[in-house]
Order: sequence, then C-alpha cells, then structure tokens
Amino acid sequence: MAVSKVAEQTAAKVDARHRALDLTDAQALEMYWYILLSRRLDERMWILHRQHEVAFHISGIGHEGTQVGAAFALKRGYDFVHPYYRDMALSLTIGMTPRDLMLALYGKQGEPSSGARQMPAHYGSRALKIVSGSSPVATQIPQAAGIAFGIRYKGTDQVALTCFGEGSTSEGDFHEGLNWAGIYKLPVIFLCQNNQYAISVPTDKEMPVKNVADRAVAYGLPGVIVDGNDPLEVYRVMREAVARARRGEGATLVEAKTYRPVPHSSDDDDRTYRSREEVEAWKKKDPVLRMRQYLESVGLMDDAKAQEYEARAKEAVDDANQFGKNAPFPPPEAALENVWGESRK
Amino acid sequence: MPTKTFLEAIRDTLSDEMARDERVFILGEDVGKTGGVFRAPEGLQEKFGAARVIDTPLAELAIIGVAIGAAAVGLHPIAEIQFADFIFPAFDQIVSEAAKMRYRTNGAWTCPMVIRTPYGGGIHGGLYHSQSIEAYFCHAPGLKVVAPSTPADAKGLLAAAVRDPDPVLFLEHKKLYRSIKGDVPDGDFVLPIGRAEVNRVGSDVTALAYGAMLHETLAAAEELALENIEIEVVDLRTLQPLDRETILASVRKTGKVCVIHEDTKTMGLGAELAALITEEAFLDLDAPIRRVTGPDLPGIPFNEVGEHTFLPNAQKIADALRKLAAY
Ligand SMILES: Cc1ncc(C[n+]2csc(CCOP(=O)(O)OP(=O)(O)O)c2C)c(N)n1
Ligand SMILES: [Mg+2]
Repeated sequence: MAVSKVAEQTAAKVDARHRALDLTDAQALEMYWYILLSRRLDERMWILHRQHEVAFHISGIGHEGTQVGAAFALKRGYDFVHPYYRDMALSLTIGMTPRDLMLALYGKQGEPSSGARQMPAHYGSRALKIVSGSSPVATQIPQAAGIAFGIRYKGTDQVALTCFGEGSTSEGDFHEGLNWAGIYKLPVIFLCQNNQYAISVPTDKEMPVKNVADRAVAYGLPGVIVDGNDPLEVYRVMREAVARARRGEGATLVEAKTYRPVPHSSDDDDRTYRSREEVEAWKKKDPVLRMRQYLESVGLMDDAKAQEYEARAKEAVDDANQFGKNAPFPPPEAALENVWGESRK
Repeated sequence: MPTKTFLEAIRDTLSDEMARDERVFILGEDVGKTGGVFRAPEGLQEKFGAARVIDTPLAELAIIGVAIGAAAVGLHPIAEIQFADFIFPAFDQIVSEAAKMRYRTNGAWTCPMVIRTPYGGGIHGGLYHSQSIEAYFCHAPGLKVVAPSTPADAKGLLAAAVRDPDPVLFLEHKKLYRSIKGDVPDGDFVLPIGRAEVNRVGSDVTALAYGAMLHETLAAAEELALENIEIEVVDLRTLQPLDRETILASVRKTGKVCVIHEDTKTMGLGAELAALITEEAFLDLDAPIRRVTGPDLPGIPFNEVGEHTFLPNAQKIADALRKLAAY
C-alpha cells in the first residue's frame, strides 16, 4: 500500500465520525443529499409563496440535520413514523418525493398524504408507514404510543418514531402519551425538535424546566439531549434509542436542540419577537453547512462535487415544481369520498 | 362614527374593556409580544403590561382551566383560543366546568369569562383551520354562544360578553377580520346578548344566517331583489340563547324560511331552528323549511376545488331562496 494512501486513511480515521458509527462513505454522502434536497425544495416553496403561486408554506429549514440523522437510524419503510409539519427532510429521507410534496403545496390531484385535503406539510404515505397527522399539535404523541402498542401486540420488531416541537410538550397529549409508553415499555421514540420557540413564545414561557428531556424522568424514560444541527450526533443517539426499543427495553425521549432561522410559517413575521442578531448567529450553525464542512474535512466533498449535488437538487426541485404546477385539481366529487367505509354506503 | 374593520372593532373593544375594568385580562397563545396570530390583541401588552396580556404555554386545556379558576375568584378573563379548531383539548373544561359551574354550585360560584376564537373557512385552511364549532357548544346550557357579523355588533357584543355574569363563547369568523368594514359607534356601546337583528327587510322569504354567511346571504338577497323577490335577512348574532321572538316574528310575516350556515348540516343549528319554527309557527308556514349548509363531511378540503365544493356562497343561497320563493 502506498505511503500516501496510508497517511490519508489515518487522517480519515481520526475524523471520520461516520465510520465509527458504522456508516459507509456513501451513506454519509446520502445524508448530505437529503439535507440539501430538503433545503432547496423548502427554499423554493418560500419563493412560490412570495410569488403568490401557493396559499401557504410551513418550513423545515434548520431542522434538516435532526431529521435526516433520525431517519437513518430507522429501517425506512419498515418502521412507523408519525411526523409533524416540520418533517420535510425526514419524509424525503423515508421515501416521499419532491413531486409528492409539490402536489401538496399546490393542493393538486394525486397528492399522496391526503388527496390534497390537508394543508401542505401534513406528510403521509401508507406504503412508507408514515401516518398523515392532524394540525392540532401533540395529538400524534399518544397515537405513536398506540402504534407501538400495536407493534408489541403483533410481536414484530418494528419501532415507532414521532416528532413534535418543544412548545407542544405543554399539551396534555404529550404527558399522557409518554406516561403510557413508560408503563408498558413500548417501542417508540419521542423526538422533540426544540427550536426554542412556539411561534412567538420562547421556551422560558413554555415550560419551567430548562430541557424537554428533563420531563422524561416523570415517565420512567431516558431523556437524551443532542445537538440537533449535527446529523451524525443525532444518528448516534437515535440509533441507541431505536436499538433499545427493538430489544424490548422501552421508549426514549430524545431532545434535539436546534433553531428555526425562518418565520414560523408564511403567515408569521418573526421580527416581532426576536432579534436579527440571534437569527444570524444560528445561521452559522446551519446543518447544511455543518454537514458539508464535515464531509470536506474527511475528504468526501470538494467544490466540484458540491456543485454537482447542487445541480442535482435544482433539477429535482424544478421537475417537482413543474409537476405540481401542471397537475389538475381534484374534481369536485373527490371531496365527497372516504367519509365512511363500504358498509355505510 | 368611525369606520373600522371587524378586526379593529374587536381590538379596540378589548382595549376599552381592559381600560374600563382592571379585573379584565387576556390570556392565550401568542397574544402578547407578537400581538396574536390574527393581530386582534396587537399592542395591548405594550399598553397594559405582561401581567394583563399573557403569552400562555401551548396548552388549551390549561388556558381555559386557569381562566375558570381566575373567574371563580373575581377576575374577568378573556381567553383566546388561537383557532377554533384547537379548542377541543379544552372541551371538558368548557362543557363540564365553565358551563356547569353556576348550576352545580347552586349559584355559589360563577364563571364570568369570555372565550374568543376565530372560526370558519374560505381561507385555504384545510381540515383544521376552517371548522365551524358552534353546534358542539350550543348544546351546553350554561354557556352562551355569540357570533357577530359586523364591526358594530362585534364591539357591542364583545363588550356585553366581557360584562356578562356567565361564560360566553365569542366566535369570530376569520374571513371577516379584514374583509368587512363598517361604522362603529363611539364610546360605551353595549348590545344585549340574545337579540337577533333584521338586517334587511323583505316580505317573501325569511333567511336566517350569521357570521360570514350573513354577508353571502345579503349578496344573494340583492341579486333576488332584481327579480322582485324580497328576502328578509335575519342576523342571528347570538346562537345560544336564540332570539325566538325576532325569528318567529319574521317567519310569521313571510311564511317561508331558509336557514343558512357554513357548519355541516346534520344536527347543526339549522335543525334546531327548523324544530323551533315548526313547534311555534307551524300554521304560519307556506313551505317546508330549507337549509343551505356545509355538506356532512369531516372537514373542509385544502385544495381550492374541494373548498369551493364545501362552502355555501351567494350563488348557492340565491338558488335555494329562489326555489323557496316560487314554492
Ligand atoms: C392544539 C393546537 N393549538 C395551537 C395550534 C397553533 N400552532 C401551530 S404550531 C404552534 C407552535 C408549535 O410550537 P412547537 O411545538 O415548539 O413546534 P415548532 O413549530 O416550533 O416546530 C401553534 C401554537 C395548533 N396547531 N394546535
Ligand atoms: Mg418550537
């Protein structure tokens, strides 16, 4: 083996955290791909809203590191996911496509989550085992415990993942769901994406404890805090939680500390409740940037390759946008379907 | 008289009531620093302080439960539920507690509080930002339900709700916030809860409506006037208790009734109104009572075709009224 190659490998070994986590180079690059794809798709959706092409957008920008790290810890398409409205990167990584998401944004026929009944960002796909949730926050949390209850009942080794914001942990649904999961040691991971605000309300007005993870103790669960803008760290923590759940040892509450550098939704003006300095400071810890820098540091990414990824992402986003824009609306009679099952017709 | 939007009338009344009575305070999600997601309480935290305009945790059950407790000891809370669709975590607190407090304690404890909430569709809100919730809550004696449709009524009825000795659910159709403007009386202006208003006088058919549908019904009535069909439009304004006198007087005059609401049909307000009218004015009726309502679907679809399919509008209302007039 040539000396230079050995030197390269030694250098890589020092820093290659992904390999220490049993992730191949291709997987590390795939993580970056989904983080980037989600970001570029999301940015396009903001633009489409500003151009009055679409009625509403709610974004996952800033949360992609958490979500992609988490998705990689699952058996995608095998384990169940009950997501929330920020989970664009999670849904893409599990297997939803940019076209699916653009159909939802435009409210067009063939939209897989709900037949364009729900607002955008209510991600769902029966085939991918993603449950399309409602809009009242935290309702998915006890349901995820119920999915895990069903998994246990049927005796498979699947797990359930559910996501929510820190603000939503003030709802009774959160406490009741975790209590249940704690009692029955259910195979569920509660992933809180703590972006420090519930719309305008900062965490110190949402809860009297510093960390959401601190709440786990009341339900007999481990509560783990992780840097949500570091996808590899999230992957490490989630992998442990998933393994624990699969071994039958019960649920885990994971709190990913992150930030939403954009307004809550296209209806929000975040300048009314936080400083630009705060937002700018967080942008420096951006997960797209962080993952790219990491890949560069281990020799897996350079400018040429980064541009290639950008071009691929742009192509996928352009294609999805055209697809969504050109698709027809559902016909009027579609609104009348699926109210009752067959026996009631 | 100044002209105000529906939203401005509400904001100014909140401010007036807080200035008038120190026991009045506001609590709800995002009502303080950012001024509410629809901006109704905008500027009030600056004016009255964070102790009286409170950004609550994201927990509707607690918002209402805390308001009930505060009301029990003499305060007059105005709780905001950010969207009517998110009131259901607090259903138990409203229906089992607020509505029953006076009765279950034989008058020893009371619950003078207001629950304000934006409701209704037509803004691309999909299943969970469009619902009409009135039927669930009109079935809870002890709780008053008010649903104004003009800026002046919003002022007069909100002031009345704040001063009412019992809990009042104050429904604000979110589509009206910025789209409807009107003259609003200056000064202390309080309208009685439980009184409907004949908004347009007519002789052929009585149309009973409220909220956003009041405006669609007025538009339909204008159209029909061109065909020499005169519609009497009654704005219910209060849904519980109903103003039986005004409703029945109009029915006796026209002999034909159409109820219009955005809420779904079966077991909705139209059913109660039809029952009331047949019980009290059967012999005055010249035609079966008709209802123009949202269809019996679990929600309003987000996509624009589905939303349009769901919502009654001036056209659909005019069609029904025309048929009724010809009956
Ligand atoms: C039961 C309920 N109440 C209120 C809302 C309105 N709402 C939507 S998102 C949100 C804030 C959620 O904050 P958090 O849980 O921290 O999630 P984030 O949006 O920050 O990711 C609120 C108040 C809702 N959707 N459901
Ligand atoms: Mg949050």
